[in-house]
Amino acid sequence: MLSKIVRTVANQLIVFILIFGLYVIAHGHLTPGGGFQGGAVIVSGVVMLMVAFSSQELKKSLRERLLTIMESTGALIFAALAIAGIGTVVFYNFLVGTPIFGRIPPIGPNSGDFWTGGFIPPMNFAVGLKVVAGLSAVVLALALFARGEEMEE
Amino acid sequence: MRRVVGLILWLVLIAFLMWGVLLIHPFGYPPSDMDDYIIENAQEQTGNNNVVASVVFDYRGLDTLGEATILFTAVTGVLLLLRTQKHKEENS
Repeated sequence: MLSKIVRTVANQLIVFILIFGLYVIAHGHLTPGGGFQGGAVIVSGVVMLMVAFSSQELKKSLRERLLTIMESTGALIFAALAIAGIGTVVFYNFLVGTPIFGRIPPIGPNSGDFWTGGFIPPMNFAVGLKVVAGLSAVVLALALFARGEEMEE
Repeated sequence: MRRVVGLILWLVLIAFLMWGVLLIHPFGYPPSDMDDYIIENAQEQTGNNNVVASVVFDYRGLDTLGEATILFTAVTGVLLLLRTQKHKEENS
């Protein structure tokens, strides 16, 4: 556990890191970025908390069971969206034209509409969930292993 | 002796890799039709402004599925290997 100054600054900063990561994930179909990149941004915030507070403190709130369920859910949503359009072909973008994320943007440069992209925004959310949970679990497990402690309990 | 053999092998490897680098085609040659097709049709077919996202998740979705599988396997392996410590101490 580091000094009180570092802990206070980390406590304020984590809000902005989470907001920026969620923005990168949610706008993956409009701006550069996407699920993997936004998830990595959020995991960098988790690592910052792990440095400021200790990994034992973070272990109390980031349970292994919760992280496992989050990662499996993300993987299942991704695979389900991939095979949902199996009637045409695997990874068929079946949401284009429907009210959910179905609008088609004009060809060429445009200002961008959030409700476009077909099944790509839900897939970005699924991949983001998966990356956040998976990388947090890996970093936490490695940090606890280096201290000679156990992940569970 | 081992250092000399290692140095010779290292130089051979460097020469082999440099030979491979020199044989690469110049950038953008030979021209392919795939990139033009994707750039012109991605917005209409997938409704994405971000053409990279449409390639990663739609046109080349199976690659992303493999990537996600790799990440899942890595996380599973790390969590599986780094938890054996406590049980060993209990047994001894």
